Amino acid sequence: MQTKTTILSLPEEEFVNPGNRACAGCGLGIAYRIALKALGRNTILVVPPSCLTVLQGLYPVAATKLPCLNVTFASTAAASTGMLAALRALGKQDIKVVAWAGDGGTADIGLQALSGAAERGDNFLFICYDNEGYMNTGVQRSGTTPKGAITANTPIKGKFQQKKDVPAIMAAHNLSYVATCSAAFPLDLYDKVSKAVGLPGVKYIHIQIPCPPGWGFEPRRSVKVGKLAVESGLFELYEVEDSAVRLTGASRKIADKRSLVPVVEYFRAQSRFRLMTASQIKDIQDQINRRWSASFDKSGDNDAS
Amino acid sequence: MHIIESGNVAAALGVKLCRAQVIAAYPITPQTPLTERLSELVESGEMEAEYIPVESEHSALAVCIAASSTGARAFTATSANGLLYMHEQIHWAAGARLPLVMCVVNRGVGAPWTIWNDHQDSISQRDTGWMQLYVNDHQQIIDGVIKAYMLAEEVMAPIMLCYDGYLLSHTYMPFDVPSQEEVDAFLPPYKPAYALNPDSPANLNTVTLPDVRPDTKGKTAHGYMEIRYLLQEDLLKAIDVMGSVESRFKEHFGRGGNPYYETYRCEDARFIAVSLGSLSYHLREVIDRVREDGIKAGIMSIHLYRPFPADAIARVLVEAEGVIVFEKALSYGYEGALCSDVKAALYQASGSKKKRPFVHNHILGLGGREIKTVQLYEAMQHSCTRGTKVENALQWIGLKI
Repeated sequence: MQTKTTILSLPEEEFVNPGNRACAGCGLGIAYRIALKALGRNTILVVPPSCLTVLQGLYPVAATKLPCLNVTFASTAAASTGMLAALRALGKQDIKVVAWAGDGGTADIGLQALSGAAERGDNFLFICYDNEGYMNTGVQRSGTTPKGAITANTPIKGKFQQKKDVPAIMAAHNLSYVATCSAAFPLDLYDKVSKAVGLPGVKYIHIQIPCPPGWGFEPRRSVKVGKLAVESGLFELYEVEDSAVRLTGASRKIADKRSLVPVVEYFRAQSRFRLMTASQIKDIQDQINRRWSASFDKSGDNDAS
Repeated sequence: MHIIESGNVAAALGVKLCRAQVIAAYPITPQTPLTERLSELVESGEMEAEYIPVESEHSALAVCIAASSTGARAFTATSANGLLYMHEQIHWAAGARLPLVMCVVNRGVGAPWTIWNDHQDSISQRDTGWMQLYVNDHQQIIDGVIKAYMLAEEVMAPIMLCYDGYLLSHTYMPFDVPSQEEVDAFLPPYKPAYALNPDSPANLNTVTLPDVRPDTKGKTAHGYMEIRYLLQEDLLKAIDVMGSVESRFKEHFGRGGNPYYETYRCEDARFIAVSLGSLSYHLREVIDRVREDGIKAGIMSIHLYRPFPADAIARVLVEAEGVIVFEKALSYGYEGALCSDVKAALYQASGSKKKRPFVHNHILGLGGREIKTVQLYEAMQHSCTRGTKVENALQWIGLKI
């Protein structure tokens, strides 16, 4: 088992300048900073229009110290393929290619290109930072917006549909590595990004990103809200290697301790779920309980991992 | 070496000779045999390149955009709806100033579905900032690919090499294939001023404000409008660059002529037909026949359509009595785009003169409708003899309604 990174062993070198254009309390600000530390300098980024485009700054100022190609919304994964092909043609295979797309650019408009690249097995890391909506255009629903959430285009009754399970879709492509992370657990994120970049083919990391203006909470509570999503068992931290699923970090602890924070605490911490009734929340709590009871049954079996 | 092969293979051999490093393509008729041949050349090891079988045309151009931004020479090809599916990326490649070469094997666009030839696909991409070259035979296809890379990389703007589906793509003709040494001596390797590189990081195509803005050192950087102005300026200058590319090509290969157009019997012509692509060779026969009737006619085939060499074209046309534009495309709700462009060029060129040639527009061959020589002859004869008496300047040839 690889050594876990601690706050003391994180690299000191920063690749994201302070004073960037992220909103106060932006979960992406945390995840981006930590993941770039894991990626290191010898990396080129590919970014479609999204909150990250804004975070990085407006021409001619850039907040990121790594080279970055901004591409059209649907083309992130295909552009990553093209960049890799050029690096191969030029004999620069040591340079890592890393795509960073939001949930819209991954789960919705970007899914076709992502699936194509995954099927071809092109050697890059695709990171989806999932703030669960089109936050950059003013909080509209996306394929990964959870059921019940109020958004700018589900304004009265909330979203009717379930969140699309993109990590499962990507795992179905038999990738070398699929993982979920949360901006509230940056060290788990760091370890997963570090592991992913060394593996062959497309690697997929899905990061849940608490979004103060989109989800409706105070900026100072970003990490708290992110933690509640995981500690309630609603969002699981796991990794999939060779089709084997393994819980990690805080989710692993839930399985070990067999205790979940009531999901109502997560819902009540945000205004986007304000329409959800007690019975709707109970239904979700029941779903979580059923899902986790299987992990609780198995939790004694994988201590060696 | 002279060989007999299809137009698509002529294009593929041109791409190979240009040492394209990254090729991405999605199958679409009638382009498919071109990129099939490239995949074969790469897989067999005859050509050293990365061939990416993408899942869409949008992704094909994404691959080329990223590869070119990373410093590789890239190529793609498509037709019809494939080209339209790329439309967002087509604008992007031009704005990002990437010297891509794309063969457009011309085909009509849906709906309704048609797989046959016309020019609506590439003409509808006229305003994207790409250069467009239209060629008329297999020799011009292979030579055109080679010239296109030189032109694109000198101007730092992308270019479409357009040729007729089936009429050229799937027919077999003899043509000369230059040697690799000859092409290497003509076309230097692609060396962009900047390519993405961790040692010298840059954030490309980022959000740009309406106004100019200082960088971190206080130096004023362009706003969106300055960036777009420079694209326009460089494309206008590309007309001269094309002239230079053509003369260098002629020095190296002993072939070529006028960089902008090809004329046939225009020297003393009172009436000049204008068209794009292989149709112009078809029209030569018509010119000969109307000349037998005593009508002094000629035909101008336009090669460089964007940037539009308006001055050069108008110099030939402005002294004529009539200009008859034959088009396989239409700006729906008005007239053929080429016809409008020719009229605009004549308006400028005729200056204060009250008399300008009349301009007729014949729309034909849409969705592969057969073009009979006799129909072209009748249309040309009608335009030349009736002249300004023709009430409707836009006529359809071969319409059965």
